[in-house]
Amino acid sequence: MLLSSLIFVPLIGMLIVMMLPKDKHGLIRWTALSVSFIPMLTSFWLTWDYFFHHSGTAAMAYVEGPFNWIPSLNIQYYLGVDGISVPMLFLTGLLSTLSLLVSFGIKDRVKEYFAFFLLLETGMMGVFVALDFFLFYVFWEVMLVPMYFLIGVWGGPRKEYAAIKFFLYTLFGSIFMLVAILIVYFTSEPHSLNMIALLDHGPTMSHNLQLICFVFFFIAFAIKVPVWPFHTWLPDAHVEAPTAVSVILAGVLLKMGTYAMLRISWPMFPSALREFSFWIAVLGVIGIIYGALVSMAQKDLKKLVAYSSVSHMGFCMLALAAYSSVTAMSGVMFQMVSHGLITGALFVLVGVLYDRAHTREIAVFGGLGSKLPVYTGIMVMFSMAALGLPGMSGFVSEFMIFVGSFSALNKVLVSISVLGVVLGAAYMLRMVQNVFLGEFNVARWGGLTDINLREIISVAPLAILTLAIGIYPKPLSDLMSATLQHLVNLMAR
Amino acid sequence: MTEYSFLICLLPLFAFVMIVFFLRWKERVSAGFSIGMILISWVMSVVVLFETFGREIAYEAGYTFIDLPNFILEIGILIDPLTAVMLVVVTTVGACVEIYSVGYMDGDPLFSRFFAYLSLFLFSMLGLVLANNFFMIFIFWELVGLTSYLLIGFWFEKKSAADACKKAFLTTRIGDLGFLVGLFIIGVFIGTFNYQDVFQRVTEGVAAGWLAPGVVTTAAILVFCGAVGKSAQFPLHVWLPDAMEGPTPVSALIHAATMVAAGVYLVARSMHLFAASADASMVVAVIGIITSVLAATIAITQRDIKRILAYSTVSQLGYMIMALGLYGYDTALGHHSPGFYAGTFHLMNHAFFKGLLFLAAGSVIHAVHTNDIFEMGGLLGKMKKTGYAFLIASLSIAGIFPLSGFWSKDEIVASTHGHPVFMILTLLVAFMTAFYMWRLCFVTFFGKPRDQQRFDHAHESPNVMTYPLIFLAILSICAGWVGLPWLSHGFASFAYHGEAYHPHANWVLMGISTVVAVSGIVLAYLMYYKGSISPEKMAARFKTLHKLSYNKWYFDEIYDIILLKPIMALGRFMWTFDVKVIDGLVNGVAWFTILWADIKEWFDTWIIDGAVNGAGWVVCQGARIGRLLQTGSVQFYALFIMAVSVLFTVLKIDLVTGGSIFSGAAIWIIIGVAALSLLSRLVPKSDREVESEE
Repeated sequence: MLLSSLIFVPLIGMLIVMMLPKDKHGLIRWTALSVSFIPMLTSFWLTWDYFFHHSGTAAMAYVEGPFNWIPSLNIQYYLGVDGISVPMLFLTGLLSTLSLLVSFGIKDRVKEYFAFFLLLETGMMGVFVALDFFLFYVFWEVMLVPMYFLIGVWGGPRKEYAAIKFFLYTLFGSIFMLVAILIVYFTSEPHSLNMIALLDHGPTMSHNLQLICFVFFFIAFAIKVPVWPFHTWLPDAHVEAPTAVSVILAGVLLKMGTYAMLRISWPMFPSALREFSFWIAVLGVIGIIYGALVSMAQKDLKKLVAYSSVSHMGFCMLALAAYSSVTAMSGVMFQMVSHGLITGALFVLVGVLYDRAHTREIAVFGGLGSKLPVYTGIMVMFSMAALGLPGMSGFVSEFMIFVGSFSALNKVLVSISVLGVVLGAAYMLRMVQNVFLGEFNVARWGGLTDINLREIISVAPLAILTLAIGIYPKPLSDLMSATLQHLVNLMAR
Repeated sequence: MTEYSFLICLLPLFAFVMIVFFLRWKERVSAGFSIGMILISWVMSVVVLFETFGREIAYEAGYTFIDLPNFILEIGILIDPLTAVMLVVVTTVGACVEIYSVGYMDGDPLFSRFFAYLSLFLFSMLGLVLANNFFMIFIFWELVGLTSYLLIGFWFEKKSAADACKKAFLTTRIGDLGFLVGLFIIGVFIGTFNYQDVFQRVTEGVAAGWLAPGVVTTAAILVFCGAVGKSAQFPLHVWLPDAMEGPTPVSALIHAATMVAAGVYLVARSMHLFAASADASMVVAVIGIITSVLAATIAITQRDIKRILAYSTVSQLGYMIMALGLYGYDTALGHHSPGFYAGTFHLMNHAFFKGLLFLAAGSVIHAVHTNDIFEMGGLLGKMKKTGYAFLIASLSIAGIFPLSGFWSKDEIVASTHGHPVFMILTLLVAFMTAFYMWRLCFVTFFGKPRDQQRFDHAHESPNVMTYPLIFLAILSICAGWVGLPWLSHGFASFAYHGEAYHPHANWVLMGISTVVAVSGIVLAYLMYYKGSISPEKMAARFKTLHKLSYNKWYFDEIYDIILLKPIMALGRFMWTFDVKVIDGLVNGVAWFTILWADIKEWFDTWIIDGAVNGAGWVVCQGARIGRLLQTGSVQFYALFIMAVSVLFTVLKIDLVTGGSIFSGAAIWIIIGVAALSLLSRLVPKSDREVESEE
């Protein structure tokens, strides 16, 4: 019931919101926010309980099902979580609520906005708990619809383009996933969509079929991550999306790609993985360096953060290529969590500035540090976190990624990727300098006000978690080490 | 007390947190709290130092940071003599600087924030010193970089400060890149980050053969890269002089006495790696001496008082690095060397006298509001305490008996024994050091005031600033005495690597180095006090050299051209590539899809639908023609029947056997009749016909 509630509470919330009177904006906002507290607290409790009672083993916990759903096709309702989905659920629960809080500034079509947002949460939660391919695919697609509307209706000037690009791009990938799922389904005997049972079926498939399935899954997931060169939907979607949607996009949606790789294609097709791992690492390194370089050339604050995501998710891909190392896999998970926290916060903060200044062009600011000290402090802190400063979560994840992949992959390649650390510092510091340091333009920005309490509340949990993981990461690594060890064993088959 | 030594670094952190969240509105309280915490740390450090005297085995404690299969990271502290000495050095200079800052930063709108940052810095620096493993030192290494960034850019509204802090962070981070890769090698090949375990395994591994010497060399050189960045060694020295844009107390604490010494500390701390690899050690020594000479040649022509001191710092750090490198080299080859002792000893002495020099320079700048020494002059009379403190420190750094600099510099010269090139260059640097320091002294404190207005304005700084100067001046004189060669239990037999070293007084060496130092001072005296040698003429005679030195060998310009510009251009190129090529491809696919859709729509509309509609149209038109026959007029039908009958008869068409009924003529006739009737229909239009059409 616990996992089902994560899925269905937001859905019920959506229905409730839809029944509310259209012009009662306050009521709608508070209803949506309060509803989202339920899955958030559930996910917190789940994390807590999992940590103390289930983290020692790799077995699925809180399993529901498998119940027959469409028996003729052997489609089941089957939910369960392990060490890699629990942190994602935690992140989804937290970021959804914070994003709803951030969305209080939305003035236009409030009811539809919040309804879509809750539907989005359903989809995200579903992806992280589904253990049946059909169910997984349904949630994967369900999430696209609200996302499409959230970008396309409440977005910036080029919102239609961005929304369609996002939708089609992802759908394009999904088709490959569907084909791969069907291949797996029809080659299994009896035909099954059970993701756990199929883990044992995958390696028995013929080598060529494994390669095909792996590549098809990879395309679908890589677009979501996004892996270079499938990334160009991301800057557009991020820049045009409203702040809260950017937060969810960066914080949760991108992670679905890496999560699915870890959950599905990596352990299911180990021999294909072995064959491709070098090239996956190459793509990762290209992403790291390329994303960082492109970030450096950006003039728009939000685009800079968007491209930095490409770079940061490149680290995930690099580590994912080092499939034989538990350290690298932990690095991936840490990076997913940490990128969700840090980049989520950065998007909130960019939104805060945009709400006040109505522009995001880096060059027009300067010296904001003297006028907005608190905002500057928080922004500088998260910039430091993004560039991998020790004491914060980004450093822990990057360190584990590097050490893990250094031991498992081509050492020259990994050494090149370390350059990303310097480039990351370069574009972040450049941004900090141009926006916050230097002379303050009183005439133009004299009227700016500092960050307000609601906005502080919406980033404070992210700041606390970023620091907490940076200072004491052991609980998080303990939470998932058994699962990761199990996955690494599967990948080593 | 040693068991609680983790508090030494946590107390300043506590001060930072308290100031940021609770005390920042009360400036005096913030400063007082911060100073109180560092003083407690200082007392604890001194106690820890004394406790360390009697202990044979280093104290170690910690907790696990990450626990994964085959990968364990820990956070812990290690107290051995080197740590204990560094703790005292850092807390001493830190406390002096904090007290001094109360006067120096007085009236600054961000007064509390300054103390918060200083506390954060001290936390990071002390954490760096206390660390018991490479992973943890890297954490604090970076945090130190962060606080340095914040403090250099403290007056961030100045463009030069904003540029300088970014430059400092990025340049040091390039070095850290190497350090980081070095850590991976240590972690992967040696399998642990803990200092003592690493060192033990290196010794065992090289002896047993499971660890290739090349790996140790690579790891050592990469770790040294970190030191190159942080200690501003060639070729990453360019950030330190620019870092002088920060408030002067910051320059004193971070960019002279402590943080820049972290690189030297790192090399000393990981001496085991270097001592296992002669090649890596030689790299270290060469980089050290290059830096030392290079910076000294730049320092002799600069005009900005803080920049002269900054280059002096770079040069002195090069000294220490070189000494450590030579120690590693000699040890790797099985020789004895005083290098380790010389480097660490000089590190301590340098912290005191260089900290003092900066604080005194700050006091001068505070009084005359300029950094240009050629706008000062004759200040000794007006600023007695500051002036004499500065002169004492200058004597110490020049290496004049019996000040502390003399003892450690002598040991550095001694460590070049057996390496004649190093020895000559070391003495050359010693000469230049004495020269440029005393050039600075003579121009600033002696002679006639060059700018009367500034001179009149000058005044001695308040006591809160001068007392730390006096305290540090005493240390600049006496601190070196702990390393007197006649002491049987002096510095050398306390903080050592491998076996305890017992220095012995080398009178020849002392004589040579004194002669070198004094001649440097005399030259400065002749040029800048007596005026018997004209500096302008010297500059004109060695024009190229002077220009190179004055423009810092054009390092900034070269880096700008070969590094910064290309990287930015690459970034812009990549972006264009992203938008035009990759996104162009995506949009191209979309465009192609739309084009394809358009073509299909056209095809649908005109070909497929056209065929369907066309068929309908043909039928319609046929029917239209056929319909014309259906006139409903009996006469017409009769006429038609008759016409056809006549036709058939005329043409002799046999209806039974067929034959050539459909000869062309027959058809033409039928059509002709039809056309006729059509014509006849066009004129009269009866109601009945309209009905039939419906």
